[in-house]
Amino acid sequence: MRRARIVSLLALALLIALASLLVVGNSGRRIAVAADEPSANEKPAYGDTFVQATIGDITGLIPNITSDAPSHAVSGLIYDGLVQTDKDLNWIPSMAESWQFSKDCLSLTFKLRKDVKWHDGKPFTAEDVHFTYKTMMNPKTPTAYRDDFELVRDVQVLDPYTVRVIYSQPYAKALGSWGTAMLPKHLLAKYVEEGKLREAPQNTTSPIGTGPYKFQEWKSGEKVVLVANKDYYVQGRPYLGRVVYRIIPSQATIFLELKAKGVDMADLTAIQYARQTDYAAFKQDYNKYRYSANRYTYFGFNLKDPRFADKRVRQAFAYAINKPELIEGVVMGLAREATGPYRPGTWAYTDKVKRYPYDPAKARQLLAAAGWTDRNGDGILRNKDGQPFSFTIRTNQGNEERKKLAELIQQRLKEIGIQTDIQTIEWAAFLKEYIKQKRFEVIILGWGTGIDPDQYPIWHSSQMGPDQLNQISYANPEVDALLEKGRTSCIQKDRVATYHRIQEILAEDQPLIFLYFNDALPAVSSRVRGIKPEPSGITYNFIDWFVPKALQRYTSG
Amino acid sequence: MALFALRRLVLAIPLLIGITFISFLVIQLAPGGPFDYIRGEESGQDSKLIERLNKEYGLDQPVYVQYWRWLIRIGRLDFGRSFQPDAKPVLTKIGERLPITLFLNFIQMIIIVALAIPIGVASATRQYSLFDKVTTVFVFIGFATPDFWLALLLMILFGVQLDWLPISGLRSLNYEYMTFWRQQIDFLSHLVLPVTVVAFGGLAGLSRYMRQSMLEVVRQDYVQTARAKGLPEPVVIGKHALRNALLPVVTILGLSLPGLIGGSVIIESIFAIPGMGQLMVQSVFSRDYPVIMGNLVIVATLTLLANLFADLAYGMVDPRIRFAGRRGRRRR
Amino acid sequence: MPPAAKARRGELGQFWRTFRRNQLACVGAVVVGVLVVVAILAPVLAPWDPNRPDMKRILESPSGKHWFGTDQIGRDVFSRLLFGSRISLAVGFVSVGIATLIGILLGAAAGYHGGIVDAAIMRLVDLMLVFPRFFLLLAVLAFLKPSIWTIMAVIGMTGWMGVTRLVRAEFLALREREFVIWSESIGAGALRVIFKHILPNALAPVLVAMTLGIPAAILTESGLSFLGLGVQPPYATWGNILNDGKDLITYAWWLTLYPGLAILITVLSYNLLGEGIRDALDPRLRQSAVGRVLRLGR
Repeated sequence: MRRARIVSLLALALLIALASLLVVGNSGRRIAVAADEPSANEKPAYGDTFVQATIGDITGLIPNITSDAPSHAVSGLIYDGLVQTDKDLNWIPSMAESWQFSKDCLSLTFKLRKDVKWHDGKPFTAEDVHFTYKTMMNPKTPTAYRDDFELVRDVQVLDPYTVRVIYSQPYAKALGSWGTAMLPKHLLAKYVEEGKLREAPQNTTSPIGTGPYKFQEWKSGEKVVLVANKDYYVQGRPYLGRVVYRIIPSQATIFLELKAKGVDMADLTAIQYARQTDYAAFKQDYNKYRYSANRYTYFGFNLKDPRFADKRVRQAFAYAINKPELIEGVVMGLAREATGPYRPGTWAYTDKVKRYPYDPAKARQLLAAAGWTDRNGDGILRNKDGQPFSFTIRTNQGNEERKKLAELIQQRLKEIGIQTDIQTIEWAAFLKEYIKQKRFEVIILGWGTGIDPDQYPIWHSSQMGPDQLNQISYANPEVDALLEKGRTSCIQKDRVATYHRIQEILAEDQPLIFLYFNDALPAVSSRVRGIKPEPSGITYNFIDWFVPKALQRYTSG
Repeated sequence: MALFALRRLVLAIPLLIGITFISFLVIQLAPGGPFDYIRGEESGQDSKLIERLNKEYGLDQPVYVQYWRWLIRIGRLDFGRSFQPDAKPVLTKIGERLPITLFLNFIQMIIIVALAIPIGVASATRQYSLFDKVTTVFVFIGFATPDFWLALLLMILFGVQLDWLPISGLRSLNYEYMTFWRQQIDFLSHLVLPVTVVAFGGLAGLSRYMRQSMLEVVRQDYVQTARAKGLPEPVVIGKHALRNALLPVVTILGLSLPGLIGGSVIIESIFAIPGMGQLMVQSVFSRDYPVIMGNLVIVATLTLLANLFADLAYGMVDPRIRFAGRRGRRRR
Repeated sequence: MPPAAKARRGELGQFWRTFRRNQLACVGAVVVGVLVVVAILAPVLAPWDPNRPDMKRILESPSGKHWFGTDQIGRDVFSRLLFGSRISLAVGFVSVGIATLIGILLGAAAGYHGGIVDAAIMRLVDLMLVFPRFFLLLAVLAFLKPSIWTIMAVIGMTGWMGVTRLVRAEFLALREREFVIWSESIGAGALRVIFKHILPNALAPVLVAMTLGIPAAILTESGLSFLGLGVQPPYATWGNILNDGKDLITYAWWLTLYPGLAILITVLSYNLLGEGIRDALDPRLRQSAVGRVLRLGR
């Protein structure tokens, strides 16, 4: 009897142990790992300084004419657009309180909020919207975002708080394009006219926006300081009193600063996230988050190269490359396998496409069908003229992840008899000498995909010019037609089918091998509350973040 | 002597123009242009802008035309504006960075001189003694340690483990709210680690040079004579030998003056110091031609002036050298 | 003026006697010797393929199997260091070789001919010294396709100014000496005088400069690696192993400690050796001994 009881007790203990293991294992798999949610008695409080580490300096303070991530991050807090995205990446009101599409999608009417003021106190009106449009279209404005407004026929100011935009043809990105930062007419009109927007003081020392933070100072190479806009039109926000972007050009230093609590937010590398931040002190000081970024890494072929023009060869490579191994090895599993150019979980994504699990035998088969076999038993694939299959994998210098990818892929290709060299080339030289002139065989690079699924510039056969983005020279008439159809429809339901089809074709064609969508891995100081992780990220509600009074570190902020 | 200086100054102008021409050629011929960064890895960006900007800034013209235009502007002391989106004047960009680099390098130099000369003298007077060996190994370890590795190790020890010193940057974030003296302490404490790393690395050069120079002088006749006269050793070393041994060292120091505005990329990026080194590297990577050229003109001018100054100073200290047309002294 | 064989041996002996007294220099010499042997024998000594990734052994700490641990993609750090020593030393030797060659040619021309040739060459030297070296490196790297050879060439082509000055100075001092004047007076051609009589006598300081140039080149390569401009993957050099490991310094200490120490010890040893040679070639002995020492070695 006693014995049976002991046995059952043991069994129970084992069960509990197993269950707890499962729970632990489970919590590790959660998308966002937040340590503790704010308890009810922690009231949102104003004040404190929030220090963010950034690896690169900003290049300017008018986001419409800059094109780098740090500049856009800073400007994002200074300026607002008419619309913004919510946690699910849907467009929601910002400075426009509502909008209305005409039935034919050719006209879009915004009703603006009446309580929005520029940081210098002047009211924000429809004239500023019109001015921003004119600025974007002005040939002297050095903006890389004119495409968004190319299809606009006219912008009409109906009254100070109503704007109507007329399109010459339906445009899928119409609404989203008005998320562009609005610029103050009363300050910038002169500079835009003279074509000197870059030289405006608003671009370097005194930007004026309508956003939740006002600009305080930019010390080149050192920091950018923003202070809360107390008159922000969203009542009661933002909470954090000061936001400082510290420019720290070395990843190693950023991590040491994190360890010493010198910064409140920084992006971790995969290996830091997976291996270096699991000790108690770090977990107590920081919360780690993980979400999929809108950015994928690919292994791209030059389709003008006759060897890679053969679809069988490309598919063979897809079979020869072991994606799970790459994800495990290069980013410690912190990425999502890509099957096409859309991030899993977005509305345009479909998983019903051809897959290429790691299968070297099949790869050899396909290569043999394409005429590449080991003809003299030396293990190297050759064509019928005896030329070995060999080429150079190129990627940009300074990206450790891509360098490691190249090294791992090189090894896998060697196993099926393909010889490769690796070259990493400094970015400016790489673009000019190799990409623009299409003097490459295989590249490992990435694409940031934006919110809208329209990727016309990347895949359309009309976009193969030296400065254009279809650098791999992909041309497929069916894809061309679908891309045109997709970007001129304003009904999301119709577009879904279009983009699903595009993914099916791309998966079959493998014009490039979609490797994976990288995860963003920010760590944020645990004294900051109000963070609500979503699959799309954490910063969408930045103005709701706060530090409880008792935990504020910088009292004078 | 004034004539000599004038002659050198006049000769320096064609040299300067030569330098700028070659630099201009080199950076123009290097692959990649200043606006290629616009084509990033974002699908939403319009790359037609690249061509437009190239035209606007005259980069579609032949190199010699561009150089001529640039030279004429420089003649009017107009250094132009950066090609980056902020379009700041080149001199503003340099002005933002130069003070901190000068200050840091100046402190480093003082520390190096203050340590290296005594070390050099002491190890020369006791050649092959234990002291000589220990300092030899010590200064060479400083030279031999890759600086970014040493920097990281010190940051971990003093910044993270012991928490005595700030890790990076120049000022704490609540700097504006400190009292004056707290601010000074805060600023200096940020400088301790970078200055230590650089000074440790630079010690070897000067101290070994000093040692070598001292060893040569000690064997000279007049030093031997002084000894033979029965003068006490400290007087022999301090008065007769040291003064002469310092001569070549002064030259070396003079020649290293223009290096003061250079700044070290590695130290600056590891310690997040916004100095000239970073500016130069970033402008090279982003092909920001006006900034690169502006930088080079300033460095080159200072170097030439420093060369002249070193020669003049040398001549003043050492009466044996006359300012004949040809440089009489041996350079090593 | 061929010196008597006996005297030659005597001077060589004197060199050795001075050198031997310098214990640090001897240690340096031994370490340098060992390093060269290790580099040559790397394929024999290395227990693993240095470039073969092993996804199952990522970032393992040092153990009996992997003495110095494994890196981010599971390669054996010890083997990489061994193979890296070849590239690192080759970078040092070849780049210094190139620098010395350029330096000797230009320095000899300048010192022997003097006048306008001298002025032109010295202005070129001034010009090169005015450029920040890093800018030169970048500019040249941008021209050439990146490879090991490029790095060597670039480091060499931007480091010859010191040797040029040195050789020129020796020439200026030597050309007025009796044996040169004598050679010229019996009608020896310029090249013959340069190569047969002056150059061998000027080689001593060059030899020292070379010994000191090799470690400097190794350090330069590690600095270039820091900027991402070093030797291309998958080739390992001490510089790029160290640089790849720097972001993991608080976690995988073995990725930086061993390459860091390797660089430190090597650079230190070369410097001690170089200084030892210089000390042994004391200025008073230099003029008579060195050239003959070197000629004996031929």
